Amino acid sequence: MPEYLAAERAGPALSVTALTKRFGERTAFEDISFEVGYGEVFGFLGPNGAGKTTTVRTLGTLIAPTSGSARVAGIPLVPENGVEIRRRIAIMPEAPGLYLHLSVTENLECFADLYETPDARDRIERSLHAVNLTRRARDVCGGLSKGLRQRVALARALLSDPEVLFLDEPTTGLDPAATRDVHELIDGLRRRGVTIFLTTHRLEEAERLCHRVAILNTRLRTIGRPDELRDRLFTKSLEVRTLAPLSEPDRVFAGLPAVEGWHNDGLATYLLAVSDPLIAAPAVIRALVAAGADVVSISESRHSLEDVYLELVDHGAEAKRR
Amino acid sequence: MRLSRRRVRAIFGKELREYRRTGSIIVAMLVIPLVFAINPLVAVFGLSASDASSLSHSHALLYLLGIPALVPTVVAAYAVVGERRQGTLEPVLSTPIRSEEFLLGKGLAAFVPSLAVSYVVYAFVLVLIELFANPGVASALVKPPELLAQVLFTPLLAGWSIWIAMAISTRTSDPRTTQQLALLAGLPSVVVTTLVAYGVIPATLAVALVSAAVLLILNRLGWRVVSALFDRERLVASTK
Repeated sequence: MPEYLAAERAGPALSVTALTKRFGERTAFEDISFEVGYGEVFGFLGPNGAGKTTTVRTLGTLIAPTSGSARVAGIPLVPENGVEIRRRIAIMPEAPGLYLHLSVTENLECFADLYETPDARDRIERSLHAVNLTRRARDVCGGLSKGLRQRVALARALLSDPEVLFLDEPTTGLDPAATRDVHELIDGLRRRGVTIFLTTHRLEEAERLCHRVAILNTRLRTIGRPDELRDRLFTKSLEVRTLAPLSEPDRVFAGLPAVEGWHNDGLATYLLAVSDPLIAAPAVIRALVAAGADVVSISESRHSLEDVYLELVDHGAEAKRR
Repeated sequence: MRLSRRRVRAIFGKELREYRRTGSIIVAMLVIPLVFAINPLVAVFGLSASDASSLSHSHALLYLLGIPALVPTVVAAYAVVGERRQGTLEPVLSTPIRSEEFLLGKGLAAFVPSLAVSYVVYAFVLVLIELFANPGVASALVKPPELLAQVLFTPLLAGWSIWIAMAISTRTSDPRTTQQLALLAGLPSVVVTTLVAYGVIPATLAVALVSAAVLLILNRLGWRVVSALFDRERLVASTK
């Protein structure tokens, strides 16, 4: 028995080390390393042309890496393992790629045979049920809306019960209702413990669905849980609003525990850099009351994943320009 | 390397379903044989018994071998480039299918209907000749060795045309250009069969055996060569 089969499920679902792909002079992605655990939903974020789709194709054995190494579903990513890797994964590309002259069921039958799935009929029924398409099974795919086609593509990806499911921009081009449907389906898969590698440039999608995210812009900029990334990149801050401007804000905020600095953010609004909001907030309120200020609100400033993304991607672009 | 019959069957079955529902493919597969059949039939019906002796030394009906040389190119040319164009190639190649299985399924799906069309049209021509041509002309035209040659060379020529068309299909990005190139590539086979039909190339047993052996080898090589030309990375990642 090959060593990788014995080690199956013992290690991570995906393990990527210093992987690089170049097309001639052009670098698609460079020196990327990360791991994805079984049952994890891993978001792969980046602007257009960052190398997200090429990464999926490389890990899906459609494209050979230029250098570096990876293990997909525990199997080393080398050409001779291509069939074995593809047997254990499924890729849903950005465009559904359905046979439009065939019905939903005929499309799924074809792919069930390509995966050599046992009990094909049962698998097809389960996949259709998972994406709420049972009633459209006989419909010709050419007559389906974009959102429904995307659902068929997702059903197709679920046919083989994959160990790792790659979803490449699954909501691109969908209207808000269809996007919500796809999000709910992915959320359902997440709850079932399916390992998902999700590429997207929709940040709210990643924030909502992913346990961890990586931000790619040819090179990997950062990786971690969305809240972890926020903490790592931005100083924590409290936003204080008073009814009237403070006469001596320096005197009020100086020396308070956990407050590291402050600046005006409007006429009677102050942004305080803090090391720990839970220690700083009560002290700030006490100081404001003691100073006779009328406090309108005090809140912790929240940075979205979008802030993190823009910070990293813009810095990357700036660095490239320099 | 072990080939999966189920995967080959999946591609074959899918292709046949698609052909059945694509009117333009059916029309194209019928137009070429009709063009080939009508011309000789019109000529034959105009012949009298006095022309029979000159016909007994010709092999005019071998001209119909042009049908299996051209008909399969209509669908085989579309095999890879068509999947690329409609965005279905990437999902298929993401499954465990091997290039050889994919190409074999595609090749068989072009081969079987082409064979059927070629034999049916040939049989149809024979029946019409027997029914409506001058009896002397009919017996001079329909000869058992030619019948055997038609049966033997139809699959060999169809197979060869399929591999040429599919080789072109793996390297191009526009279905229309691919079809035109594939038709052009099928023309040398038509020229050879026409030259045999009109006696320029002698239709001897030796010529038949050598030609059959060469075509058999080319068919075996064709599958391997097209599989080698089938570069997944270029087909998936490149727009060219």
